[in-house]
Amino acid sequence: MSTPLGMPSPARSGTAGVPTLPEGSTLTKKDFTSDQEVRWCPGCGDYAILAAVQGLLPELGLRRENIVFVSGIGCSSRFPYYLDTYGMHSIHGRAPAIATGLATAREDLSVWVITGDGDALSIGGNHLIHAMRRNVNLTILLFNNKIYGLTKGQYSPTSEVGAVTKSTPAGSVDAPFNPVSLAIGAEASFVARTIDSDRTHLTEVLRAAAAHRGTALVEIYQNCPIFNDGAFQLLKDRDEAKARIAHLRAGEPVRVGEDHVVVRDEHGRMVVLPEADADASRVVVHDPTEADPSTAFALSRLDDPTMQHVPMGIFRQVHRPTYDDLVREQVREAVEAGGTADRDPDEVLADLLRGRDSWTVDGTRAGSAEQSLEARTTEGPTAAAGDALQREGERALVE
Amino acid sequence: MSDMSSTTPLTQLDRVVIRFAGDSGDGMQLTGDRFTSDTAALGNDLSTLPNFPAEIRAPQGTLPGVSSFQLHFADHDIATPGDAPDVLVAMNPAALKANLRDLPRGAMVIADKDEFTRRNLAKVGYDASPLEDGSLLDAGYHVHALPLTSMTVEALADLDLTRKDKQRAKNMLALGLLSWLYSRDTAGTEAFLNAKFAAAPEILRANLIALRAGHAYGETTEDFAVRYEVAPAPTPPGTYRTVTGNQAMALGLVTAARRSGLPLILGSYPITPASDVLHQLAALKDHGVTTLQAEDEIAAVGMALGASFGGALGVTTTSGPGLALKSETIGLAVSTELPLLVIDIQRGGPSTGLPTKTEQADLLQAMYGRNGESPVAVVASSTPSDCFTTVLEAVRIATTYRTPVILLSDGYLGNGSEPWAVPAVADLPDLTVEHADGPNATDEQGEPVFHPFLRDEETLARPWAVPGTPGLEHRIGGIEKADVTGNISYDPANHDRMVRLRQAKIDRIADSIPPLHVDDPTGRAKVLVLGWGSTYGPISAAVRLVRSTGAHVAQAHLRHLNPFPADLGEVLHRYDRVVLPEMNLGQLALLLRGRYLADVRSHTAVRGLPFTAAELAQVIHGHLLEVDAPTEVTA
Repeated sequence: MSTPLGMPSPARSGTAGVPTLPEGSTLTKKDFTSDQEVRWCPGCGDYAILAAVQGLLPELGLRRENIVFVSGIGCSSRFPYYLDTYGMHSIHGRAPAIATGLATAREDLSVWVITGDGDALSIGGNHLIHAMRRNVNLTILLFNNKIYGLTKGQYSPTSEVGAVTKSTPAGSVDAPFNPVSLAIGAEASFVARTIDSDRTHLTEVLRAAAAHRGTALVEIYQNCPIFNDGAFQLLKDRDEAKARIAHLRAGEPVRVGEDHVVVRDEHGRMVVLPEADADASRVVVHDPTEADPSTAFALSRLDDPTMQHVPMGIFRQVHRPTYDDLVREQVREAVEAGGTADRDPDEVLADLLRGRDSWTVDGTRAGSAEQSLEARTTEGPTAAAGDALQREGERALVE
Repeated sequence: MSDMSSTTPLTQLDRVVIRFAGDSGDGMQLTGDRFTSDTAALGNDLSTLPNFPAEIRAPQGTLPGVSSFQLHFADHDIATPGDAPDVLVAMNPAALKANLRDLPRGAMVIADKDEFTRRNLAKVGYDASPLEDGSLLDAGYHVHALPLTSMTVEALADLDLTRKDKQRAKNMLALGLLSWLYSRDTAGTEAFLNAKFAAAPEILRANLIALRAGHAYGETTEDFAVRYEVAPAPTPPGTYRTVTGNQAMALGLVTAARRSGLPLILGSYPITPASDVLHQLAALKDHGVTTLQAEDEIAAVGMALGASFGGALGVTTTSGPGLALKSETIGLAVSTELPLLVIDIQRGGPSTGLPTKTEQADLLQAMYGRNGESPVAVVASSTPSDCFTTVLEAVRIATTYRTPVILLSDGYLGNGSEPWAVPAVADLPDLTVEHADGPNATDEQGEPVFHPFLRDEETLARPWAVPGTPGLEHRIGGIEKADVTGNISYDPANHDRMVRLRQAKIDRIADSIPPLHVDDPTGRAKVLVLGWGSTYGPISAAVRLVRSTGAHVAQAHLRHLNPFPADLGEVLHRYDRVVLPEMNLGQLALLLRGRYLADVRSHTAVRGLPFTAAELAQVIHGHLLEVDAPTEVTA
């Protein structure tokens, strides 16, 4: 049984409904910098992401007080302390749930979630997939450094098989998640990947994510210089990166390096071929707005732990109604249909409390309840038990 | 249907306890609900006890599949669903066998003899039908073995329905008969059926015909020598309705939202016996209520806390296992000092325990079930309608003191019903909340600043500054915060101070709660019976019983469990003995002994059912005898 939901226009921006700055007024990066000393390790990728976010926020033109960052637990989750917006540094894995309550309660807020690979994909995996399934209007930045940093170096759900860490001295036997594949599988309406070291790309992706109405999941490859240094070195070395990264650009063929393209073979699989060997009609032209997630998912599978081919950019960007919009719309419609909006709220409440099956006692039936209590004390036991009690009571009175 | 047509003599009764029992598919809960509504409309006082298995449809005809609904109604004020039924309606052998042990001599048994087949008897281990072998008569019961199923099918002969569908209306036939027997008007039930089956005219006809046929059978049969009448109970003037505890809870939440001016946002995950509160509220969207069914218990409380951070009335409803899962988030609410209402409709534990049975064994979990020094306010409802009052109080505490409040109800209160004097909206407490709207301090340069942890001197509450308020941007979290500024702080002295401040804030709540009401009419009592939660009904009934023998006993009941009323210690020490019945192994007794060094005497039972008044009266008498024993006099 299902009811058509009369979805709101899908073309709304992610920040629609959030108050903007007065005409002519702007904020700067400094306005978004809090007075707290940043305490990440020197060289941590988090610095670059913080700078990119602080650089992007003024561009959105939103009032600072209407922006909220909610994080979980982990190094990256300290993020909100360093931004002069509203923020909550919550508990491990639960940020998407808390943000869902906040975003649903407050249409006028731009709500961001800051999380890491352990926070989002291990302890908080359930909340992450359900936020994406519901399509809550949130921008989720998943800092993936493939390690537990704050607890000092245990393998994470994105660490590769064989990863030698403090908790896996013989190498990890856990198969990792591909966060992008997971997000697409969980029905996310916006899924992207970027990297801490490419400020331009990072900002571009964040801009698109902020503009998207619905859950935007952005995986950010982020280097942990202490416990997993160089995890993405292959993507940072200029030449290596060029050969490995497949930049996803809407409307363009998906290329890897200078002379390879991504082709869909006769079985529907994605393969990377030299452009010269490829059937031009089979070259994949990227369309993140395609309703069917199969192509986006197949692209996400090009990636493997050896980083032979790494697609970067926006995998999927489709419009579907957001959970929080629908929830609010149902309430609004019910209030309208109930005709309660124009009535005295106290009268509406009084009607509700009375219900449909009430009865009224007037003075004639209203004896004294107090008197009747004294007169009637037969509740409880059967007659026989009452007699026994009576006898005991009498004994009790004999002092 | 007029009562005048019957020629059977009428006998006046002051109270009756009826238990409807059948297979879990027989519609006994509905039958009980309808009898309750018709009884309420007549003006009797009443109290109900639904009792059903956790399985939706246990194997048909077996003991685990028996579902029952007990209703106590009277021409005077009553406090419990009754210790023992005067009438048992048994729709099959399993229903008879499962309930027989509760039936006192002299009780009436009305059984559907069509269901007492050899096969059904064998399912529950009867060699012969107890309806025919004389065993029930020997035990002193008045037995009416009636062909309820075949009478129903016969009455519906002309309807275009399958035999199975026709049989399903037998509960209405039984209801009609009982309505005749106890002089209830069935107009309310007819209206109910008309609304419920509006879309299924043939089923509607079947139910109406069966209902009337049951009533008509009573009028024409000579099986019943007398019928009964229970006069309306004297009641103060006013408007009344029946409510279950879960209904009252939902109504209380909507009321609290209205009285506080905050939007109500419920985050909940389905769990017995709390789901009904979610259902009730989900149907009240036209009152501006938002309900979010979360992916799990943790997300449910997370959503509520997120809503609270956004300035709404964030609420989560659950039962014991869910409360366990929510504990870390409740700790976050303690640390961030945000209002949060957690409603625990307790059930039998530990673990999955007894999902559909009642218990009050989550008190210590509510008090202490979190890491660190993590005090929260705890309140408990005492009757189904008291859930309304208690939830308003819980919201007052949560929003005034910016703290999580755990409200303890239980399955007995949640599912049980009683008449409720509907309050006038104007008489309800004003719960107006003011969010912070500007800076509350100045910095060294004399510039206005906002300190999110600068406390109100009276309540020690911190400001509730909501996103969207310019100039009050701040960050909160679970890491220890510096006093006043709320910045991260690992300073040892600061932590010590913050731990004590959070505790002191909860302790301050005691300044805002009334002294404990002690009912000691003669002022001569040496024994105080103390209770909390749903034991109120049975304890009150037991105290009345004891007093009816001329003995003196005082009674007090706690709504506030953390903090306790300020005068509780003094009350405890005023009496020679304090008796404390609890449906756990003595959890409140442990707290009271630790806190007040009072020699509280526990009486405990964890059977999944409320205490009986008789049992508690015996216990109280025992203590009265001990306290008045000669050895003590000479000592």
